[in-house]
Amino acid sequence: MGRYIARRLLYLIVVLLVVSIITFGLMHAVPGGPFSREKALPEETIKVLNARYHLDDPLYLQYLHYVNNVMIPHLTTVPPTNSLMDDYLVSVKIGPVWFRWMNFGPSYKSRSRTVNDIFRDNLPISAQLGTMALLVALVIGMPLGIMAALKQNTILDYFGMSVAIFGVSVPVIVLGPLLVWIFGVALKWLPPTGWGAKPPYTFGFLPSKFGWDFFKFAIMPSIALGLGSSAVIARLTRASLLQTIREDYIRTARAKGLKERIIIVRHALKNSLIPVVTILGPLFAALVTGTFVTETIFGIPGMGKYFVTSITNRDYPVIMGTILLYAVFLVIANLVVDIVYAYLDPRIRYD
Amino acid sequence: MTQVKLESEKLGAGGAPLTQKRESLWQDAMRRLVRNRAAVVGGTIVILLILTALFAPYIAIKSYEVQVLSDQNKVPQWILSLFPTMKPYAQVTTDYPFGADYVGRDLFSRIVYGARVSLTVAFIGPLISLIIGVVYGSISGYFGGKVDNVMMRIVDVLYAFPSLLFIILLMAFFRGTISDIQPGTFAYAVNKIDESMGGLFFIFIGIGLTAWETMARLTRGQVLAAREKEYIEAARTIGATDLRIMFRHILPNIIGPLVVSETLAIPGYISTETFLSFIGLGVNPPTPSWGSMISEGSGLIRSYPNQTLFPALALAITMFAFNFLGDGLRDALDPRLRGTQ
Repeated sequence: MGRYIARRLLYLIVVLLVVSIITFGLMHAVPGGPFSREKALPEETIKVLNARYHLDDPLYLQYLHYVNNVMIPHLTTVPPTNSLMDDYLVSVKIGPVWFRWMNFGPSYKSRSRTVNDIFRDNLPISAQLGTMALLVALVIGMPLGIMAALKQNTILDYFGMSVAIFGVSVPVIVLGPLLVWIFGVALKWLPPTGWGAKPPYTFGFLPSKFGWDFFKFAIMPSIALGLGSSAVIARLTRASLLQTIREDYIRTARAKGLKERIIIVRHALKNSLIPVVTILGPLFAALVTGTFVTETIFGIPGMGKYFVTSITNRDYPVIMGTILLYAVFLVIANLVVDIVYAYLDPRIRYD
Repeated sequence: MTQVKLESEKLGAGGAPLTQKRESLWQDAMRRLVRNRAAVVGGTIVILLILTALFAPYIAIKSYEVQVLSDQNKVPQWILSLFPTMKPYAQVTTDYPFGADYVGRDLFSRIVYGARVSLTVAFIGPLISLIIGVVYGSISGYFGGKVDNVMMRIVDVLYAFPSLLFIILLMAFFRGTISDIQPGTFAYAVNKIDESMGGLFFIFIGIGLTAWETMARLTRGQVLAAREKEYIEAARTIGATDLRIMFRHILPNIIGPLVVSETLAIPGYISTETFLSFIGLGVNPPTPSWGSMISEGSGLIRSYPNQTLFPALALAITMFAFNFLGDGLRDALDPRLRGTQ
């Protein structure tokens, strides 16, 4: 197990390098720079600025510079300044030294803001939405799958699988506007757009107050974003549980006269839910990219909506920073999922 | 399991008693497919969609790109009874069956032509993915050893890059470099091709560069299992070349699961295109895509829901159809299910 984790961590570093090279390379090949504006700056000024921000360096040096800023943690005794080039997402004072990490640089379009400013303002909201959607996916998906498997080939099974096929066939892009129209505009039960939490956040991302004022905004977008994933979970749970209840040890449990409830809960469910863990990796990815659409449809001021706007504005530092941050998050999440899976199921032997 | 013979071989060989007595895999699959009611409904809708896309100019009489600014947001009477909230302000017209959009284009025409974009993606996406993935996976699996190891590590690393983020990155790159390209270069020519296809060409490249990885892994696994079989040994003994073994003997035997996997992936390709068009990286305006129509309409959903909900409905029906058909095909072709009924 220790060797497996060590090998996976090594692999993680390779993946992160490749991801950062591809991201940096593609974004760098796009014309325009931080100092190209509608009204051209004097040539001298651009020269000075390019030299100041290393834009004259060879490409590989610029890449190393970016990686150094974004990925390598820094320990320094120099206190942070207010410069736009000196804004780190993680900046903690430990005794006399500063621990500083992840500087994505300034935004091209919002002159006075850094990419990190945008992250700080918008990411917590996306995290709230994502967590809510994940809960929706689990709370709807797992019971549906369990019910369908236990009552296989009955009306309950067909119902569960119909909901699942509805979930996979109706993407956020369809379900979102539909919910907005039905519950927001026609019935007026819920506010069609907006978000109910404002900074400051508890622990950096949790809304400071949970209540109707938060949930009335969160219900529709969370369902729109989570339903597709709940369908995937339901199908997987059903398939896995159906396979488990045909195992020999379930027959043994039945033969020795255990109560049906105990057989299901203690023997079947526990083992059948292990494969469901593997879906969490792709699930996170779906939720992350889903926020781009969900937040735009529901007018939620999160990172997803900002990301879509930054694509229209061609704000490349924001595009690159967001993709890199999300990619790193997803790659690490996948690693954690794999390790948890190996831990939960001792039959899995990675070598 | 019987060895599947290619159609041409069957005809050419004259008397191949084995394949004549038993049902071929495809006949067997077809029989299962038509017994599956959901799959038949899905298949019928897919055929109707294909016809709609092919004959779009005859179905949609109005142009999808002509803007009649005086007709902005006008709706026919029946939409008012469907969405009564629109009654106080909506202007009624009889010219547009589904109404006009926010710049006065015919919504019905745009939805009909939008089927072209979605269906092209539904067929070209799997094709690209199959071609690249099968070739890559076959080489990796057939030669094995060091070649296999290196090729699969490359796939592993690329696979770890979340594919939708990768596509967004590629599309932002493609769409961003356009202004900087000099005429006469290769990139310029590619951009011209993309322009003439309304932006679809880059979508295919984006999908192609990400979707083949799954297919390559699947193919490799199938090839690994198939190459140990006796009939491959037999083919090798009589002196068949590697290329012949790969394409005449292994490929026909593993193609079933690969096709099923691609069919199941079709809704994913469709939603990728609508997703890209929604966030502004998909087709170029004025090419109508359901994704860009939903995106444009969603800002007006409170006042003119028809502009969002109709393209959304078209997309949902298409997704349902391909999901039903894909599920049906899987059940019909999955070798593990064969002979169980």
